[in-house]
Amino acid sequence: MLSKRIIVCLDVRDGRTTKGIRFRENIDVGDPVAMARHYYEQGADEIVFYDITASAERRGILIEVVRRVAETIFIPFSVGGGIRSVGDMREVLLAGAEKVSVNSAALRRPELIDEGAAAFGRQCIVLGMDVLRVGVRPGIPSGYEVVIDGGRVPTGRDALAWAEEAQARGAGEICLNSIDADGTQEGYELAITARMASRVGIPVIASGGAGRPEHLREVLTRGGADAALIASLVHFGTWTIPDIKSALQRWGVPVRMRW
Amino acid sequence: MIAIVDYRAGNLTSVGRALSFLGVAWKVTRDPALLGGAERIVIPGVGAAGAAMESLREAGLDRELARQFAAGKPMLGICLGCQIVLGHSEENDTVCLNLIAGRVRAFPEALRDPAGRALKIPHMGWNTLRRRRPHPIFEGLAAEEAFYFVHGFYPQPEDPACVLAESDHGIVFPAVIGRGSLVAVQFHPEKSGRPGLRLLENFCRWVPCGGGEAASC
Repeated sequence: MLSKRIIVCLDVRDGRTTKGIRFRENIDVGDPVAMARHYYEQGADEIVFYDITASAERRGILIEVVRRVAETIFIPFSVGGGIRSVGDMREVLLAGAEKVSVNSAALRRPELIDEGAAAFGRQCIVLGMDVLRVGVRPGIPSGYEVVIDGGRVPTGRDALAWAEEAQARGAGEICLNSIDADGTQEGYELAITARMASRVGIPVIASGGAGRPEHLREVLTRGGADAALIASLVHFGTWTIPDIKSALQRWGVPVRMRW
Repeated sequence: MIAIVDYRAGNLTSVGRALSFLGVAWKVTRDPALLGGAERIVIPGVGAAGAAMESLREAGLDRELARQFAAGKPMLGICLGCQIVLGHSEENDTVCLNLIAGRVRAFPEALRDPAGRALKIPHMGWNTLRRRRPHPIFEGLAAEEAFYFVHGFYPQPEDPACVLAESDHGIVFPAVIGRGSLVAVQFHPEKSGRPGLRLLENFCRWVPCGGGEAASC
């Protein structure tokens, strides 16, 4: 039986790992290569690097990080943040990433998803999506609106409609991040996750809000998510991946227990 | 030296990086002449069967792989490289290498788990194996070990004796197949953590008994 995946997210700025709390106040928690290696050894099923580097000229540092990570960890990892073209995708995939994640750039120019899937296969293309609970209104039948540029800019796009379009264009997975839940440590946003997971035929990764192992249990069962993204939960040492996985296993959630 | 066959489809360097980590020398090649000199051959794979077979034929690699198999050279197929060793693939209706008789099938649509929830295709993520036959490739690996899969098609050898291990995703499907000096895995050992590295290491040490055409050892 397929396991539910526990994915650790590392925010990287200028080659260093940070963790943003509600996209503000970044706390430096270390070197991305060492952090990736640590989580790989702890039993993470996948790792995501999210590049929040401000300036274009420092982007090259990230590629070097990806290359070094690929030499030492042997589980899938993906890279997101600032991917705007097939050329950007090729650069990180050749450096050793398994997948690329596109977000704002895909919303501005959805063909980016088609182009990426055609060039590298849909299993390489993850659509990252930040959503805000706005209530049901014209154009937003689900009540959740897609926001871009780190959660600051509303787009007028409905979260479920965008998920369906991205799947049709060739996205292989969707990483659904709730802006409302992100950084609260009060649990994932179950309602939209469950609706999206049953609406699309591709895996949905839940993101934002994990504060306790119970939150992963909820989103991986009632929320219907195929994978759960975690960051602060493990970055601050409150919980370890073996703690979380043992708890999930006890609750009957299928997880990979040997690594 | 291990030759990694380049059919211009997949991420070839990820297998190479895992071999480097194990201290094994490797070379990515499209030159049939280099396969003869290699100690072992890896057929990696991400991509589609049609384009992969076309690329192999264009370089004359299809015939050379058949020769090397007949000569008993240890060969490892990974993911798409596990599928194209069979006779035919439903993906792009492709005639394949036929080193093992059988077909590559698409997962049926509308698969459900025991609780009735729809299963997603491709089968992507970590899954365990159920061993069918002992093989040196499994040495040191516990039965409950999980491996990383990403695929929408699966290999189905004609002879059940060629199925070394199965996995399940709505249906039970062959996940490790083999015949003679060829062993092929539907998952990605290079992305499967320590168990995957161990499997690669086992392959690097494996000395098949008898030629590739021998049905089994």
